Amino acid sequence: MSPEVAATTTGSGGPDPRDGATPLLSIRDLEVTFTTQQGSATAVRGASFDVMPGETVAIVGESGSGKSTTAAAVIGLLAENGRVTGGRILFDGTDLTERGGAGIARMRGRDIGMVPQDPMSNLNPVMRVGAQIVEALEDNGVARGEEARRRTVELLEEAGLPDAQRRAAQYPHEFSGGMRQRALIAMGLSCRPRLLIADEPTSALDVTVQRTILDRLEALTAERGTAVLLITHDLGLAAERAHRIVVMYRGEVVETGPAAHLLRDPQHEYTKRLLAAAPSLASRRIEIAKHGGGARVAADDLLAVTADAPADATRAAADAVVEVEDVTKVFRIRGRGLLGRGTDFTAVDRVSFTIPRGTTTAVVGESGSGKSTVARMILALEEPTSGTIRFDGEPVGGKDRAAEVRFRRRVQPVFQDPYSSLDPLYTIYRTIEEPLRAHGYGSASRRRERVLELMDDVALSPSLLRRYPAELSGGQRQRVAIARALALDPELVVCDEAVSALDVIVQSQILHLLADLQHRKGLSYLFISHDLAVVRQIADRVCVMERGRIVEEGTVDDVFDHPQEAYTRALLDAIPGRSLDLGLRAG
Amino acid sequence: MSTEPAAQAVVAATAPTGPGGRAGDEGASIWRVAARRLRRNPGAILGAVIVLAFVLVALLAPVIAPYGPQELPGRAEIRPTFIPGPSPEHLLGLDRYGGDLFSKLVWGARASLVIGVLSTMLGLLGGALVGLLAGAFGGWVDTATMRLVDLMLSVPSLLLAVSIAAVIGQSPTAVVIAIGVVQVPIFARLLRGTMLAQRGQDYVLAARSLGLSRRTVTMSHVLPNSLGPVIVQATLMLATAVIEAAALSFLGLGGGSPTTAEWGRMLTAAQNELEVAPRLAMWPGALIAITALGFTLFGEALREALDPKTRKR
Repeated sequence: MSPEVAATTTGSGGPDPRDGATPLLSIRDLEVTFTTQQGSATAVRGASFDVMPGETVAIVGESGSGKSTTAAAVIGLLAENGRVTGGRILFDGTDLTERGGAGIARMRGRDIGMVPQDPMSNLNPVMRVGAQIVEALEDNGVARGEEARRRTVELLEEAGLPDAQRRAAQYPHEFSGGMRQRALIAMGLSCRPRLLIADEPTSALDVTVQRTILDRLEALTAERGTAVLLITHDLGLAAERAHRIVVMYRGEVVETGPAAHLLRDPQHEYTKRLLAAAPSLASRRIEIAKHGGGARVAADDLLAVTADAPADATRAAADAVVEVEDVTKVFRIRGRGLLGRGTDFTAVDRVSFTIPRGTTTAVVGESGSGKSTVARMILALEEPTSGTIRFDGEPVGGKDRAAEVRFRRRVQPVFQDPYSSLDPLYTIYRTIEEPLRAHGYGSASRRRERVLELMDDVALSPSLLRRYPAELSGGQRQRVAIARALALDPELVVCDEAVSALDVIVQSQILHLLADLQHRKGLSYLFISHDLAVVRQIADRVCVMERGRIVEEGTVDDVFDHPQEAYTRALLDAIPGRSLDLGLRAG
Repeated sequence: MSTEPAAQAVVAATAPTGPGGRAGDEGASIWRVAARRLRRNPGAILGAVIVLAFVLVALLAPVIAPYGPQELPGRAEIRPTFIPGPSPEHLLGLDRYGGDLFSKLVWGARASLVIGVLSTMLGLLGGALVGLLAGAFGGWVDTATMRLVDLMLSVPSLLLAVSIAAVIGQSPTAVVIAIGVVQVPIFARLLRGTMLAQRGQDYVLAARSLGLSRRTVTMSHVLPNSLGPVIVQATLMLATAVIEAAALSFLGLGGGSPTTAEWGRMLTAAQNELEVAPRLAMWPGALIAITALGFTLFGEALREALDPKTRKR
């Protein structure tokens, strides 16, 4: 990479901090090996990159790419069976690999800070939040006693926690996920480290919270000149937040470069695939194409059926496969103790919408918005407290057992977690055959043919039929779940966060598969998701849910281009990469 | 789909390594993976060797033991102050009544195995039935059975076993029933707990969405997936059962004569001879301990091998 290019294409960070400085962190030919019962596995192979003082560098890659392992090696927190088996990690000139455990431990906090991935499990649940930061300050000799307590409140305030004085005296369980992550940021920055490692700092949080937390982190580190090593799976997010990006794939650094440059002109095949697959970037491309004047939307980005056949709105409205009318679901929360009275919690509050036949309707919202409860009620796995849900004119679930069986044939779910949605004791063959057998579909040989047909539909090799779910990758399992859902030729498939647990490239493959199947079989989808970028790609209509209510509803274009509600706008703003210039030329 | 070749490559690349990552189209079920892990665990192997030796000795007792369980070949050699020790005819010496100690230990293994297996099976079946009832129906059935289970668990198990054996009368059958009944609440609670956890899994929701009846969902999905911990518990229970059987016999609740070839019974008899012939107590005591250790080692290793938390790696 020539210095000229680097200087002219640096992203959002203003002047290039690399001018003439020596790197703060310099990783050279790093190799990390894990010893397992199956032998040793190399998780990081010959990785090299630099982080300049005050610079933000993002490592991007899918799970298993070695990005977190690299970060853990820097801070000396590899799992017990992991070891640095080659290369050097130079921090400000000293080689960390030679310093040993105690040496790195002394630097932790003071020189290198860390914001971990999961805010739920990284705070001590039996210790007040403030006390945990005081401990960090005292342990590193930054401040003691009253001074440390005052500093703690300041730090929490800086991290954006309102009412910090009172909050410092609370326990982690009294904090929401976002508040916990703010506390962890305060803790990571408490001793003014020169390098902060942030490992997927927001991926466990709701989208709207993600954005504010990242903004805060960016402001704090910029103000103090802290260098940041950001680990993320989202290329859009990395491009938006980092000066430079390091792309890792299967333990190797495949590409390094200034963020904007990497987006415009990716060199490595894997970076190109990542670029094409990241929903946040696809969503941005769609936006640019629509408003940039005349640029065609890439067929690969827009997967909704209406993209190539503009929907006849009146026809669609007349032919609704599902009508949800004024549906409310109230859960009773048990009271404390023997005599404690239970309280009611309204998960879904007077919701009405329809799913036009042959199209994809998305329900988006954050955790706790009631979107999954809506999905379960349409699947007749939960009963509404009031209101009606009709499938093809009939109430869902059916009046009697026979009607229910008929209903179940026509409506099928695909769930979020492909690790728990398949029975671990069933082979793939048995899993896909089960619905056929249960509904008395043909002879054994007919069923076998049908299973092979379905495997072909979801692009899986028949050699997997005798395997068990534990032996398949996440993407393969989700394909199996889709094959099972399609076995009975349903009309409606309810996808409850069906791609959220998958890596971006696999996610994009599954989205393409779903779109392809919809084309071929005329399926209707109800697509439940928290990810608006994905929704923009696949859905025709969107319902935005907030705290049990539908706050906005309309076609994807209407909702994304002219959001009416503040909440919808907040959700849209939270999609990473909204301000990126992807170097697409109009026309 | 045009992206498919690339898709396949990535799928292959992201496939988990570890137990599932090998080639060949023969699938590895949870049980097969567990067996592979057991073979690599020294504790499991030691446990398995002990258990296997114990079972073999019990089954082949008529072949291995030179004398029958009730025979007293050395009755003439016994003196009030002298019990003959090891000799070529009697490998481990004689007991107070002139029985061959080695033969009696071998026959005792058979008695322990029969009591252990029968009582654990009784406890497992009873517990599984109660747990299935509670786990499958939930609601008030669940509440009622679980309160009953709590009640049973609140009484110390040995005390409960002693009371039951005392009520039924002194016989090996009483011992089996007593130990079995004591195990019922433990199995019931375990099975119900695992079933409840499994019922919340997505694959159960998926099965319900396929239109399977509640019975099919319970019997072919929920129950099989809940059996792992129960089987582990049964192995561990066998160890407890062997000890409890010895304890009940020691207390004289096992029936039979003082010459009965049963380890607990032999311990009781040896009490009076501790100063003259301590080996009479040491041998059965050591065998009870080793057998219990074998089952415990194997059970713990099985628990580890089936643990989904460690299985994913």
